[in-house]
Amino acid sequence: MEFLTLTISAIFISNILLMQYLGNCPFLGVSKKMDTAVGMSGAVIFVMTLAAMITWVVHHKVLVPYRLEYLQTIVFILVIATLVQFIELFLKKSIPPLYRSLGIFLPLITTNCAVLGVALLNIKKDYDFSHMVVFSVTSALGFSLALVLFAGIREKFETARIPGTYQGTAIGLITAGLMALAFLGFTGMV
Amino acid sequence: MEGSLVQEFKKGLWEEIPPFRLVLGLCPVLAVTKAADTGLGMGIAATFVLVFSNVIVSLLRNVIPNKVRIACYIVVIATFVVVTELVMQAYTYPLYEALGIFIPLIVVNCIILGRAEAFAGKNPVLLSAADGLGIGLGFTLSLTLLGSLREVFGEGTLFGHPVMGASFEPFTFMVQAPGAFVCLGILLGLMNIVETIRTR
Repeated sequence: MEFLTLTISAIFISNILLMQYLGNCPFLGVSKKMDTAVGMSGAVIFVMTLAAMITWVVHHKVLVPYRLEYLQTIVFILVIATLVQFIELFLKKSIPPLYRSLGIFLPLITTNCAVLGVALLNIKKDYDFSHMVVFSVTSALGFSLALVLFAGIREKFETARIPGTYQGTAIGLITAGLMALAFLGFTGMV
Repeated sequence: MEGSLVQEFKKGLWEEIPPFRLVLGLCPVLAVTKAADTGLGMGIAATFVLVFSNVIVSLLRNVIPNKVRIACYIVVIATFVVVTELVMQAYTYPLYEALGIFIPLIVVNCIILGRAEAFAGKNPVLLSAADGLGIGLGFTLSLTLLGSLREVFGEGTLFGHPVMGASFEPFTFMVQAPGAFVCLGILLGLMNIVETIRTR
């Protein structure tokens, strides 16, 4: 029951993209086409879960025992950057089809603040291992849900008549605002 | 040399003002502009990191091998972010609490990595410092503007002082997430209008 609450809250109520404002660069950058949005979502789910687990273990098994918590930021970003490189090499060698579909999105993830953000939130909220895993996976799912929905709406822009000065990012942000308004309706559900 | 220093500094204030001209680093822009003072604080913190990381990256630009440059830039940036984090925790604790995880997240602010990659990695120290300062101040201005707008309409105050009179009913929408997106979108569109009028 507790995990269900955590899941609903991470996907809908405090959606990482629309409510916590994390990961907005890929949100606006790769949402012009549906396929790229789906590819990015896959890559984010994969990397975010792994990165959150590894940084959690590093924090509790290395940083805390040696009282190095103040190095958290540097260590986490290095772990994430290395992890992304490793995943890229590993996928290239062993699962080429997956590598081709995720390909160009993987390096972009290093600077996706949602990944580092979730890793930091896990520590800040003092989750134990199982809560951390559930929170990370569902946050990534929430990210994917918002990204794919947004890409679907954005594809319609091609045929819509938008005033010249508002084309591109400006209308994208306003649309995101309206989506966030819809997600605001979930508040108080749990 | 002097002319180009001023030029590099000035371009950050209009031509390439983040986050409007360079649409990068949106997460902190949206998240910390609930009020004018958090926006200003975030802007100053990011400017500090930007100037120092630009200087160090520029000093090391001939030492860093091309293949691992991004990783090196990230380490340089992360170092300054930790410095900022510790200084803020010690001297401006309420602001540190208000900004929360967005201080460590300066590390992945694309503006800073973007300037290291696009400018500081190729230019001498003084020019890079001017570039960092200009872009940083532009970022601070934008954040303060956005924060002021949202605070004035959402709370009826500016830097905590009431400005709208007693009969004003605040639009709570503005200080919530949707308000951030819509407000930034409208400002971006307005800036495009100003730009079209200027170039006409």
